[in-house]
Amino acid sequence: MRATPGWVGLWPALMLAIFFLVPFGIMLAVSVSHRDPAGAFIPGFELTHYARFLSAFFAKVMAVSVGVSVAAAAICVVLAFPFTVFLASMSHRTQTVALVVLLSVLSLSEVIIGFSLSTLLSKTAGISNLFYWLGLIAEPRAYTPSLFALVTGLCYIGFPFAVLVLYPPVSRLDPEIVEAARVMGASASRAFFGVVVPNLRGAIVGAFILVFVFTLGSYLLPQLLGRSEDWTLSVHITDQAIYQTNLPFAAAMSIFLMLVALALVGLASLAGRQRRAA
Amino acid sequence: MTNLRIERLCKTFGTFTALDDVSLEIPTGKFVCLLGPSGCGKTTLLRVIAGLEAPSGGRIFVNGEDQTRMPTHRRDMGMVFQSLALFPHLDVAGNITYPLAIRGADRASRAARAEELLELVRLPGMGARRIDQLSGGQRQRVAIARGLAIDPKVFLLDEPLSALDAGLREHMQIELRQIQQSLGVTTIVVTHDQKEALTMADLVIVMKDGVIQQAGAPMEIYRNPANAFVAGFIGTTNLLPCAIHDGTIEVLGARLPITEGDRIGVDHGAVQLSVRPEHIGIVPTGKGAIEAEVTFVRDLGESRHVLLQASGQEIIAQLTPETQASYRPGDRVSLDFRPGERVVVT
Amino acid sequence: MTQLLKRAYVVVILLLLLAPLVVVTGVSLNGPQTLRFPPVEPSLRWYGSLFQDSAWLVPLGHSLLIAACASALSVSIALPLALFAWERNGVAARVLTGLGLAPFTLPPVITALGFMVFWMTVGGYGQIWATIIAHAVFLVTLPLVTISLGLKGIDRSLLEAARVMGAGRWTVMRTVIGPLVLPFIVSGYAFAFVLSLNEYIIAYMVAGFTVETIPIKIFNALRYGYTPILGVVSVLFVLLAALVFGLIGRFGDLPRLMGSERGRSE
Repeated sequence: MRATPGWVGLWPALMLAIFFLVPFGIMLAVSVSHRDPAGAFIPGFELTHYARFLSAFFAKVMAVSVGVSVAAAAICVVLAFPFTVFLASMSHRTQTVALVVLLSVLSLSEVIIGFSLSTLLSKTAGISNLFYWLGLIAEPRAYTPSLFALVTGLCYIGFPFAVLVLYPPVSRLDPEIVEAARVMGASASRAFFGVVVPNLRGAIVGAFILVFVFTLGSYLLPQLLGRSEDWTLSVHITDQAIYQTNLPFAAAMSIFLMLVALALVGLASLAGRQRRAA
Repeated sequence: MTNLRIERLCKTFGTFTALDDVSLEIPTGKFVCLLGPSGCGKTTLLRVIAGLEAPSGGRIFVNGEDQTRMPTHRRDMGMVFQSLALFPHLDVAGNITYPLAIRGADRASRAARAEELLELVRLPGMGARRIDQLSGGQRQRVAIARGLAIDPKVFLLDEPLSALDAGLREHMQIELRQIQQSLGVTTIVVTHDQKEALTMADLVIVMKDGVIQQAGAPMEIYRNPANAFVAGFIGTTNLLPCAIHDGTIEVLGARLPITEGDRIGVDHGAVQLSVRPEHIGIVPTGKGAIEAEVTFVRDLGESRHVLLQASGQEIIAQLTPETQASYRPGDRVSLDFRPGERVVVT
Repeated sequence: MTQLLKRAYVVVILLLLLAPLVVVTGVSLNGPQTLRFPPVEPSLRWYGSLFQDSAWLVPLGHSLLIAACASALSVSIALPLALFAWERNGVAARVLTGLGLAPFTLPPVITALGFMVFWMTVGGYGQIWATIIAHAVFLVTLPLVTISLGLKGIDRSLLEAARVMGAGRWTVMRTVIGPLVLPFIVSGYAFAFVLSLNEYIIAYMVAGFTVETIPIKIFNALRYGYTPILGVVSVLFVLLAALVFGLIGRFGDLPRLMGSERGRSE
């Protein structure tokens, strides 16, 4: 006998169908409808909005979005992997404290992170004052807005996420396999790159993809830390929807972004599964 | 009076048959052990009795009432699980009185009953302890007390002592038996440990492949196993191919006359002779019926086992403590199978 | 030695994560309306003025109301969903779980635009309850994950034991499953609450022009120049998040909640 009757599934099914599936259906319909410059859209069927993906403008937007996200995801995973491995071997208490910090940072609004980082990189209150005081630079300067500031910001939000994605597989890795490698004569770094990394290859690939999708969705940081030419797809979607009153094009870009994200998440879970099967 | 009657019970999981036409009757107040190797269906039988599994066929009667289709929670059973299944969010007293609390007993009567049960399992005054503060043996006792809280119609235990170390396990076997006798509650214990079954049970039921092989008092099963499986599973025995001819047992090239007390259940087909190690006497070579060579001697302190080879068969013999003689691998000896203690089985 | 290096690496990274927050805290203590670090003429006057300024108190009220209601609604969807999927392996269970995990996995701008066109179509665009429902669905993944984890940790024999002892389905739910999974419900609620407070894009696209929340207010304020009051709000939000997760870490098992299978005792 089951502990719960089958009808408990009805309420969540209903809610998710109405408020998750239906909005997608509407968005799909909007993406093929006719643009109404007055603010909304006129129902219809045309693929003109999808055709715009072939434009140079869109190619550049995609290149920027993918470029900064790939850079950020790579940096995050490279930093986060050893961090997670080291953290998982520490005491329960240390792990708890570190997780509190990571979760607090992860949950912070992008607007607060953007504000904090732009302050940190600013001329008046920023890190350049420290460099100036140390004599490294001639006078304080601002490092924002710039591509560097944007990638820094994306790394800042992506890092806690990368650690939390890596944490379960890393902490489940049997510590005895490292000890076995050490007993058999492997140095610490050799055990790390020869045993730990290969065993977690799937998890690393999965984490890279998930952080990539996560930073791809970043909306405020490009506006707060980047220049207008660094705007990503998320910013353009909002810009088209609200300021350019081109809902159909925004919807088409969203559908495209969703397909990309779904494909990548599928790839990530595949990478995770291969690791388990191995 | 019959407390529990099971009629032609069957249970299949897909293509796997866990219980195959099982019938038995258990009189009130008996201590029963379901014994068998893993996968023999003993735990399934216990779970069907508890109502945790629905049988594929057959019926279950408790005190004459058909309970086959009754939901578990109305059966008024007590049960101790292999994992003990103590509730981590309740203290000791909360665990023990759980069955009373959900039946609406008031606080005072619950507290009184909890203390009574804690006395019974020798944990007086421990009611306020958290479960994770208890040792393995204490948890065991709490689980037993909880199973007995409502005076169950039948008390079921699934491998209850398997998590304890050897010394404590033997101690708890005796204690469990004493508690059961003082309360007179019908008790069914699932175990794969034949010593445990022999220690505690009034009635041992040996199972294999979902079928009851033999049911009887412990000594009865030990002395008179129904087949080679039971002979080998209960205690240690030597199973030797043999043939029955004109009042003799032909085994290992020797002809042993059948004497009174020898149990010849079958006298045709492929039969085997079961002889317990303690019923084999070792005598100087040429003085006994069967010639053998010593291959290994195992000295366990309280007893000595001699492993032998005779006509290509492994034989194990147990020396009595008084035996002075010592043997070494390679020694040639003769063996006698004690008359009246020989059992022929299929 | 290597142990020390590992520890140093972890600590340095944690400090780097905290650095912007330290600077913001310093900035919030400036006396005059300037963003200097270290602060000049340190004072708490901007903290005081935040709580007297209705331009900030109204969005704060919105944010708290939305977060409280949206997380409750989120849990009300996630709990039955987790219970349903816990004991079932069929297509329905898998599809429902996938639907519950999807909103938080996709880039939020997609969900935001979806809700925007949805509320524009059915009515409700610009209403606070539209934001609440949108947040509840977007964040349903968090309580779903924590509650599922809690249910996974329940030994099935506990339920069987309760049933043998006389507990029917509802009593098992009330006396065994409920108490054991309650901490996971609470932490799921807390996760959703904190993330709802900080969420920008969905709140903005569903009702950004009529129902201002704190993140929207900060973003709008940034356009008109930076003031220490932005630092004050940021500090309060960081402290709130740290408090919530600190409490979960104090009374729950945070490493296990985050997916470590090694128990607390090790």
